[in-house]
Amino acid sequence: MTAPIETTSASAEAQPEAVLAGAGRSQIEGRSLGQIAWTRFKRDKAAVAGGIVVVCLVLMAALAKPIQAVFDLDPNKFNQDLVDPALQAPKGPWGGMSWEHPLGVDPGFGRDLLARVIEGSWVSLLVAVGATLVSVLIGVILGVVAGYYGGWVDSVVSRLMDTFLAFPLLLFAISLSASVQDGFWGLTGLPLRIAVLIFVIGFFAWPYIGRIVRAQTMSLREREFVEASRSLGARGPFIIFRELMPNLVAPILVYATLLIPTNILFEAALSFLGVGIAPPQASWGGMLTDAADRYEADLQYMFVPGLAIFITVLAFNLLGDGLRDALDPRSK
Amino acid sequence: MALLSVDELTVTFGARGRESKAVDGVSFDVDQGQVVGLVGESGCGKSVTSLALMGLLPDKGVKLGGRADFDGNNLLTMSRRELRDMRGSQMAMIFQDPLSSLNPVVPIGIQVTEILQRHRGLKGEAARKEAAHLLDRVGIPDPARRLKEYPHQLSGGMRQRALIAMAVACAPRLLIADEPTTALDVTIQAQILELLKELVDEEGTALLMITHDLGVVAGLCDQVNVLYAGKVVESADRHELFAHPMHPYAHGLLESIPRLDAPRGEPLKPIRGSINDRIAWAEGCAFAPRCDYYTMECLTGTPALTEPAAAGHQVRCVNPVREPVEIATLDAGDATVTAHGGKNA
Repeated sequence: MTAPIETTSASAEAQPEAVLAGAGRSQIEGRSLGQIAWTRFKRDKAAVAGGIVVVCLVLMAALAKPIQAVFDLDPNKFNQDLVDPALQAPKGPWGGMSWEHPLGVDPGFGRDLLARVIEGSWVSLLVAVGATLVSVLIGVILGVVAGYYGGWVDSVVSRLMDTFLAFPLLLFAISLSASVQDGFWGLTGLPLRIAVLIFVIGFFAWPYIGRIVRAQTMSLREREFVEASRSLGARGPFIIFRELMPNLVAPILVYATLLIPTNILFEAALSFLGVGIAPPQASWGGMLTDAADRYEADLQYMFVPGLAIFITVLAFNLLGDGLRDALDPRSK
Repeated sequence: MALLSVDELTVTFGARGRESKAVDGVSFDVDQGQVVGLVGESGCGKSVTSLALMGLLPDKGVKLGGRADFDGNNLLTMSRRELRDMRGSQMAMIFQDPLSSLNPVVPIGIQVTEILQRHRGLKGEAARKEAAHLLDRVGIPDPARRLKEYPHQLSGGMRQRALIAMAVACAPRLLIADEPTTALDVTIQAQILELLKELVDEEGTALLMITHDLGVVAGLCDQVNVLYAGKVVESADRHELFAHPMHPYAHGLLESIPRLDAPRGEPLKPIRGSINDRIAWAEGCAFAPRCDYYTMECLTGTPALTEPAAAGHQVRCVNPVREPVEIATLDAGDATVTAHGGKNA
């Protein structure tokens, strides 16, 4: 672990007398845990790169509509003149790449792929982040309660986790998506699809983080500072929220960051299977389905959503690994 | 009436049939402004006694017996809620290892102000001011800056001071210190003991000092109880105990302290064996297997606590030692701590 107190190089090079006299003393200062983690994170080039890509992706997703408006990119505008009806493929080389359509157009309707990738990014990230929040919320609450109180509470929660882990998630997702009618929860169309995806993915991923939090809580609960806090009259909820939670922030943050790419992949898989986001709304998984049907005519189409998913997942994983290394006090 | 009056306290661990008595009928009193020591080697029941008094032992697998009256109310029969409200405001505890007793990821200031908020209802700026005042009170320099720091940024001595500040934040009437100086180096030990003494003298707090360090006892305690295998084997005031230890165990503990003025090359005098070599109290004196003075008489049931010499000097032994220990450097009369550590220190 990095020493929490660091002298600047100036005082290290100073003459012994000067150091004894207190020169450079003001340059010694304590650093908070956050500062230490940040210093360590900055040294990890891969994690910083991942972080930058993640920030760009989030900006792209959040500003999708303004970007499309400014650059005149309409994800649902048909350009039949750019498609060769006989071949069912875009006219021109490289899937119809041009200055007007930098990533080409789709082989069926000639829709601009850059616009559709941008459009798909907010759907993917919204579903992934939303599902992650849901599972983190459920997992942390149940995990902490099970770990702290133990006994029958722990038994019930643990068996619940086992049940959820044994559940055939994909089948459930497919049947739920198929059976949910418009108007459910007062939602229709795209918002309903997104809500269903967030619910399905988030509701079934919580046992993973729940187990991690439960195990951490069980080991923290036995630590002496918890007993010391109890010896000063602290109550259960106080110990959970003020003593245990601050110690759980790091593992929760790391796990959540690593859960997001998993959820992006899952959303893509569900959309690929046709039970996620419904066309004509652009989504990365949906574009892959589309491309898989036409790979003989237009192989290039497949790479656009594929690379988008690949880069996003890789960036989040790098960021998560970097965060874990930076926040774990045992690592260098 | 003493502030804390412990009468025949027993603590039994384990399920029926495989029970083990960690504390076996311990009695002692602690008055306001008095420092009472519980002395003994590892495993003799010191810490279990303190945890039982604080109500910090788990519910399952633990049986408590006897009485422990705090201001007239029996701590052992109080509900969890009543006990919780007592802790921190009426009685508080200082633990052995200051680093592990502080939450590593919460700044000191927040840990102190939370206690002030819980028991005294102080909030915001008032709580922060009081916290700074408390740190100043326990001798932490530049308290305003220290409040923002994390436990790992403080030195060992400062951490223990911070813990003491938290313990005395609500002016508890009873303070239990469970080996508060064990994890600290010798110079810091002396400072911490000085601080505790000051708090007792100025606030009139009762202090129950749990230690295996006879140097601490000599420097701080008014009344001393020597524990062995869950029972008090000798109880006397400090001067009496150091001048005339009568139980062979207490005698052996004092003799085993290395002396600066001993002739060079003279071997140390340990007590042979370990606490695992005991016999059950029901069969006789638990210390008999390690004792140099034992006779067959020692193996006929639990010896009673008697006062064979001076009044108030109780000994649980059928053959009390009559010869005094030569302790030149450990003068019980003057409070300086010169010897450090007894057996198993």
